[in-house]
Amino acid sequence: MTIAFVLFLVVVGTLIFHIWSPWWLTPLASNWSGMDETLLLTFWVTGGVFMAVGLFMVYCVWRYRYQKDRKSEYKPEDKKLEFHLTWITAVGVVALLAPGLIVWNKFVTVPENAVKVEVMAYQWGWNYRLAGEDEILGKTSIHNISDDNPYGLDLDDPNGKDDLLVEDADLHLQIDKPVKVLLRSIDVLHNFYVPEFRAKMDMVPGMITFYWFTPTKTGEYEILCAELCGTGHYAMLGTVVVEEESDYSNWLAQQTSFEQILAQNKTIQLTEKQ
Amino acid sequence: MSDEFDYKIEAKAADATTADASAPPIDYVPPAERPEQELYHSKSWWTTYVFSQDAKYIGVQYTCVATAIAVVGLILSLMMRTQLAFPGLNVLDPSTYYQFVTMHGMIMVVFFLTALFLGGFGNLLIPLMCGARDMVFPYVNMLSFWIFVLAILLLVSSFFVPGGPTGAGWTLYPPQAITVGTPGNLWGMVMMLASLVFFVIGFTMGGLNYVITVLQARARGMTLMRLPLSVWGIFVATVLALLAFPALLVGGIMLLLDAVLGTSFFMPEMISMGEKLSTEGGSPILFQHLFWFFGHPEVYIVALPAFGIVSDLISVHARRNLFGYRMMVWAIVAIAALSFIVWAHHMYVAGMRPWFGYFFATTTLIIAVPTAIKVYNWVLTLWRGNIRLTVPMLFTLAFIITFLNGGITGLFLGNVAIDVPLSDTYFVVAHFHMVMGIAPVLVVFGAVYHWFPLVTGRMLDEGLGKIHFWITFVGTYMIYTPMYYQGFLGVPRRYFEMYESSYASTVGLNVFITVAALIVGLSQLIFFYNIINSARAGKKAKKNPWDANSLEWQTPEMPPKHGNWGNELPVVYRWPYDFGVPGIDKDYIPQNVSPSQVSGAKADKT
Amino acid sequence: MKNFFKLISQKPWESSQAQIDNKHDGKTLGLSREKLGVRTVMVVSTVIFSFFVVAYADRMLIHDWKSMPEPWLLWINTIILMISSYVFHKTKIASDLNDYEKIKKGLFMVGFLTFAFLLGQSIVWYQLLKLGYFASTNVANAFFYLLTTIHGLHLLGGLIFWGLATSKLLKGNYKISNMQRTIELCAIYWHFLLFVWLILFGLMLFT
Ligand code: HEM
Ligand SMILES: [Cu+2]
Ligand SMILES: [Cu+2]
Repeated sequence: MTIAFVLFLVVVGTLIFHIWSPWWLTPLASNWSGMDETLLLTFWVTGGVFMAVGLFMVYCVWRYRYQKDRKSEYKPEDKKLEFHLTWITAVGVVALLAPGLIVWNKFVTVPENAVKVEVMAYQWGWNYRLAGEDEILGKTSIHNISDDNPYGLDLDDPNGKDDLLVEDADLHLQIDKPVKVLLRSIDVLHNFYVPEFRAKMDMVPGMITFYWFTPTKTGEYEILCAELCGTGHYAMLGTVVVEEESDYSNWLAQQTSFEQILAQNKTIQLTEKQ
Repeated sequence: MSDEFDYKIEAKAADATTADASAPPIDYVPPAERPEQELYHSKSWWTTYVFSQDAKYIGVQYTCVATAIAVVGLILSLMMRTQLAFPGLNVLDPSTYYQFVTMHGMIMVVFFLTALFLGGFGNLLIPLMCGARDMVFPYVNMLSFWIFVLAILLLVSSFFVPGGPTGAGWTLYPPQAITVGTPGNLWGMVMMLASLVFFVIGFTMGGLNYVITVLQARARGMTLMRLPLSVWGIFVATVLALLAFPALLVGGIMLLLDAVLGTSFFMPEMISMGEKLSTEGGSPILFQHLFWFFGHPEVYIVALPAFGIVSDLISVHARRNLFGYRMMVWAIVAIAALSFIVWAHHMYVAGMRPWFGYFFATTTLIIAVPTAIKVYNWVLTLWRGNIRLTVPMLFTLAFIITFLNGGITGLFLGNVAIDVPLSDTYFVVAHFHMVMGIAPVLVVFGAVYHWFPLVTGRMLDEGLGKIHFWITFVGTYMIYTPMYYQGFLGVPRRYFEMYESSYASTVGLNVFITVAALIVGLSQLIFFYNIINSARAGKKAKKNPWDANSLEWQTPEMPPKHGNWGNELPVVYRWPYDFGVPGIDKDYIPQNVSPSQVSGAKADKT
Repeated sequence: MKNFFKLISQKPWESSQAQIDNKHDGKTLGLSREKLGVRTVMVVSTVIFSFFVVAYADRMLIHDWKSMPEPWLLWINTIILMISSYVFHKTKIASDLNDYEKIKKGLFMVGFLTFAFLLGQSIVWYQLLKLGYFASTNVANAFFYLLTTIHGLHLLGGLIFWGLATSKLLKGNYKISNMQRTIELCAIYWHFLLFVWLILFGLMLFT
């Protein structure tokens, strides 16, 4: 009978561990409370099922333990019981799925006014690009990448001239402004993930993927790469800073545009030609 | 034929004998119409013990090789765990860590569990449970095993090639898998892919045997719906594998060409570590589709045999007819069919078209229904049973809880909006270990304790078995439950260490997990000791030691000899779950016991 | 399909069902094992080739795709393969009639034609490589080499069984029923590979 007791401990212990655990979702810092809510809903529904089935098992093991002169019930099936279990499960599943799909729908529908920010991943680090005054990001191509043009911006595209390039530094975002991150990679797969924002998406060379969110809490957050990208994967960290409008404008004013960088490079090339 | 089998079952009702006075005897069976299979009889030592063509023997060979490679996989995982918990010890460096993750994952999923369930248990159980003398193509079966050995040798030799084994993750995603930022990107990858190609070829040869034996070589009276669920599970899993492995083969071959010849099937234009590659236009996502078209069914290739076997173990040890046999068969078939249209739930955040998310989330959650029904039916088989808490039963109970735990967390990951925060975190690691790692392994242990007497004629030691069980069950639960919480927190998977990240705070938890893992790992020595010791000096098993109904225990000799059935093939009169039939003295009726031997039974209660 | 649903709704524990089941002879399909084996192999091969075709169709749409020329030799190879398939069909008929000489001639002919096809394919390779169509230059070329190789390997696999049959025939140690079966199954397999080749060739021709 130890097993009945241990199964009981396992089921109840899981609940106790949950209550006691200091490890739980990080405090949310974006608009994706929907994800947390769906998660919590699923957590409690499935947790309930786990407890119920587990405890029923404990009961069965204890109640129907072997006795020499008893026989089990002979009942190959019970259509009614099976039918009820099936539809209850189906209803439960639909109840979990529906909110999930609604949230997903929001996740893939980007609001018009979202600010576009490009994140460009490489082995192993992050570069960013902001649209500049025209609010349009210039075209890029891996073809064009060179030492002078690390983002591979298309020199013929006027929209790219005022793009602000943030190389190997922290990304700043303005609070309560929806952001659409455009994700690309110059080498292998990566994934732009900030746990507090909840969202994530792979970056695929040759493609531009995206997602959107609205930062809702000021602070510094850690960026983690969430797709294996080689030996340096675990060290591919970054920082994103969410701040109020005034701080954000200050930061923005310090960033250099593509045009400025090109100009700088020319002077460098002129003076110390290599 | 019944006399020599010694299974007379006395009817309780004294006047029952009058029943078979009427004209057509109830156990009349038309004579066999087809000739007996010609059996291969080996002549030399080599063909008896090495290149054996006896399915039972091949099954044991498969089991031994798969277990041996699993030990390698286990040792790799323990070293990874040590690294994660004690980064200061510098057990591994990042490259080795990624190489170990990859080899561990691939070994456990493909070379251990797939080979063990289909090659090992498939070969051992299919002919015996179907009432056949052997597989239909014994020679091909033998080749299948040796090609598997070749695949294993290639896999192991990748540890010794320049650059070491591949560190691409078991998913082998290009471009990363074959570019310089990843360890073992050339030779390791070539060996891995070559090994997989041979595995698929070898498996296809075996699979041919399993499918055709089940379909065409059963004993008389053995309809498909009288087959034990073990056979159903292995059979359907084999069909799945025959249809799914080609996707891996195709993806693997194309990736191999990308790696060796520099083609651009999957390789886009890219700059690898500052150097522009000559490839262009390839689509990394295409590989992911091919991989997961194999990869998702693969989960069920491992799970379905486990489902089947566990159903039989429950029924036998709970002394109760399996509850809802038909539902169980339907669920197996439904899960198998659905498993081909859910693959992209592994790619919700891979950058594919957003509307795929709706479709695949829906199909994925639909699969939850038949899966849940299976769990209900297992538990309902316990209900009103007469449960013998033998070691196999303990493992079975542990399986149900573990599978339930892993299964419900699948509802998180299948539901696309929740997968967004949780994918690629430790939540995933915990989920798939519970559902397709630990749960099937618990079934393997249960099955080994159950069928060990069939292979060796001796019982495994109960006491040692119980110690092994307690450590394994409680230990693995302690390893993986905390990982869910690391996942909630956002700790990403495939991280060599938490580096400067704030998630370094979970190192304390990691120590706990690792200590549990080391204890579980070491406790497997008890199991191996038990196997070796009991095979030599264990308690002699009586015939049909668990009072089971299915045919494998009804052979004239135990362990069964070459050809399994002596002079006469068995004839089947009932399904394998006649436990606790009312009106009968004994609580079980083997499948080959004819109605006249049990007359008086009221077997028809629905 | 309907049969399948009927099958899985049986209640094996009921005695009325048991009466029926007891008479079952343990075979599900009315086919020989060998035939079923070949069919299974063909199903698996079909799945393999389908995945290649799907990958081809997906990859084709990307802008860097450059179609490659189809040398006229490919047409000849195709015709050779067709003839070999036809001869195999004739041989099968001869084997049903138990006509030793015709079987022998037929098998030799099939072998000759099949090797000629494989040789022809290698010559096409050689020509294309000389013209600079390397696998790494464009993925269309890579697909061509890949698909012809996989198809050729399938034929080589078939040739193993062809070789076994032929050598047995020559040595004379065979059972006529076994020989008939082997020839029939090989013939089916040859038709199958002809069909696969026509699809692959068509695909490469039109894209
Ligand atoms: C006690 C036994 C086991 C331990 C301690 C263990 C431990 C681990 C660890 C530490 C990782 C790497 C996690 C990461 O860094 O992302 C891992 C990955 C993995 N394990 Fe296990 N594991 C065990 C058993 C199994 C079994 C039985 C399976 C069979 C399905 C399995 C399948 C995998 C797979 C598929 C991966 C993913 C590999 C990858 O990310 O490419 N493991 N395991
Ligand atoms: Cu990464
Ligand atoms: Cu899946």
